[in-house]
Amino acid sequence: MAVGVKVVNRPGSLSQQLFVPAIAEGLGVTFRHFMKNFFLNVTGQRKKSDIATIEYPEEKKQYPERFRGLHRLMLREDGQVRCVACMMCPTVCPAHCITIVAEEAPDGKIEKRPKIFEIDELRCVVCGLCAEACPCDAIRMDSGEHAHPTYRRVDGILDKEELMSRGTASAAVQGGVGAFWREKVASKPQTPPSGDVAPLGPPPGPTPAIDLNRK
Amino acid sequence: MSEFFSYGHPGFAAVEAIAKILFMVLGFLMPLASILTWMERRESAMMQDRLGPNRANIGPIKAWGITHFLADALKFIFKEDYVPGKAHKFLFMWAPIMAMAPALIVAAIIPFGAPLCWGEMRETVGYGTACAQPVGLQIAQLNVGLLFYFAISSLSVYGATLAGWASHNKWAMMGGLRASSQMMSYEVTMGLAVLGAFLVFGTLEPGAIVSQQESITSWGIIYQPLGFILFLTAAIAETKRTPFDIPEGEPEIIGYFVEYSGMRFGLFFLGEFLEIVTSSAIMISLFFGGWHWGTHIDGFLAAHTPNIWIFPKSLIFSVLTIVLWSIKIVVFCMFQLMIRWSLPRFRSDQLMRLGWQRLLPISIANVVVTALLILLVQSWNH
Repeated sequence: MAVGVKVVNRPGSLSQQLFVPAIAEGLGVTFRHFMKNFFLNVTGQRKKSDIATIEYPEEKKQYPERFRGLHRLMLREDGQVRCVACMMCPTVCPAHCITIVAEEAPDGKIEKRPKIFEIDELRCVVCGLCAEACPCDAIRMDSGEHAHPTYRRVDGILDKEELMSRGTASAAVQGGVGAFWREKVASKPQTPPSGDVAPLGPPPGPTPAIDLNRK
Repeated sequence: MSEFFSYGHPGFAAVEAIAKILFMVLGFLMPLASILTWMERRESAMMQDRLGPNRANIGPIKAWGITHFLADALKFIFKEDYVPGKAHKFLFMWAPIMAMAPALIVAAIIPFGAPLCWGEMRETVGYGTACAQPVGLQIAQLNVGLLFYFAISSLSVYGATLAGWASHNKWAMMGGLRASSQMMSYEVTMGLAVLGAFLVFGTLEPGAIVSQQESITSWGIIYQPLGFILFLTAAIAETKRTPFDIPEGEPEIIGYFVEYSGMRFGLFFLGEFLEIVTSSAIMISLFFGGWHWGTHIDGFLAAHTPNIWIFPKSLIFSVLTIVLWSIKIVVFCMFQLMIRWSLPRFRSDQLMRLGWQRLLPISIANVVVTALLILLVQSWNH
């Protein structure tokens, strides 16, 4: 016999092969549930916890924390969009639903910002790769809302203002902490895990200063 | 004019027949089948710890959402009546009607209550006594009775097959083919299952069969328990419902009505529930005593039915028997709904194996054993 083959025997007992006793047993289970729920319903004593139904418009289910919902564009501290139009998200998007047109950012420290940022929520496959690819925590899918129904297809395309309307300030540092974060981590005093293992990173020495509060 | 309404006149027979047809179709079959569309969803919800459709209401009247069937009908009427471009228009239009009509037609032979004693309405009831002018509560008293049932109910296979063929859709075609093969296979078992009851009662006329089942101990189920199970299985297969819903096969081919929308789909939908009602009625007539509830209950009602105001006691007694008969039908329909929501479906080859290799030999054996027993009893008595 080949490796990994598990033989599952057919139901062999006579009562299962005859069908009728097995069917009667199954009907017994459903009948018991029916009678219980029917009489509790009639007398109005059916507990909410016994009902699997969620009566949607009135009560909504709490989505889990990592639920991927509608996109939102995060904001800087001054309310500007965090996105630097690096084109990571439209590149990685498997559904090609993100459109970015870049323009020069006025303040000079940041090179680019999106002039147009549109997401076609009707094409989006809600894979979350855009949020994964974003280097500056500018796009997120943690709004907890699913795509809204629309009467026209064009209403399913969300523009920059609408995406930003759900945005909040991000706790991440814009631009990251710089290219030398490994050295910074390594330079911090830390206890080696065991005797002879050398600490990660290059040996401690002078590292270039990084302005963490760079805007 | 008074002569026209006198008992035995052709005009009287015509008025009587029309009144019974109107009652049966508009007063019983259609309302019950419509409500069953709601009841199926609500009952399945109760079985699965859900709520089910409970929202539809007429103003403040909610009544557990029972008006959902009206909302459904309204929706069906206002939906687009779509006909696929390459469909065979004529057959596409007629297939839903051909699927539904047989279920209405077979109701003609079902006895649904005690006969009215015309002419002596205030003196006697149609139970135990021979009326001088009985008006049987059965639309057509046919001597071929059950053969008529098989002849007409097997026509409903045309509805499914033609719907599948006329849609010009591969899935619909598959569904139609599956429907025809399944219904042909199970009709054989169905006929043979009834043959046992036919041998016991010695007649094919449902009215005569019912009148032989006055006491509970003479119900068909006592003589033909196996025949009943076979007939029930075949009848569920004929209605094309789970566990025999291969022609619909929702997860794979959606079925012969995949191209239908609006009220045409509604007709298929309603036809399925009409078939449930009529097959329940046939089963009750054959195996559960028709409108009889045993000599005690029927006898008590017959002895104590009074004349109330303008309603003579014969009429009141007949109405009471119709109500009691309806209770049986509703319970039977609920049982069929419960079977649908308890069992998983068969695969197509399992279905054929069950039909041809298991049910058919068992039903033949049932007929042979029944015939031998009857022969034995008859020779014992002589």
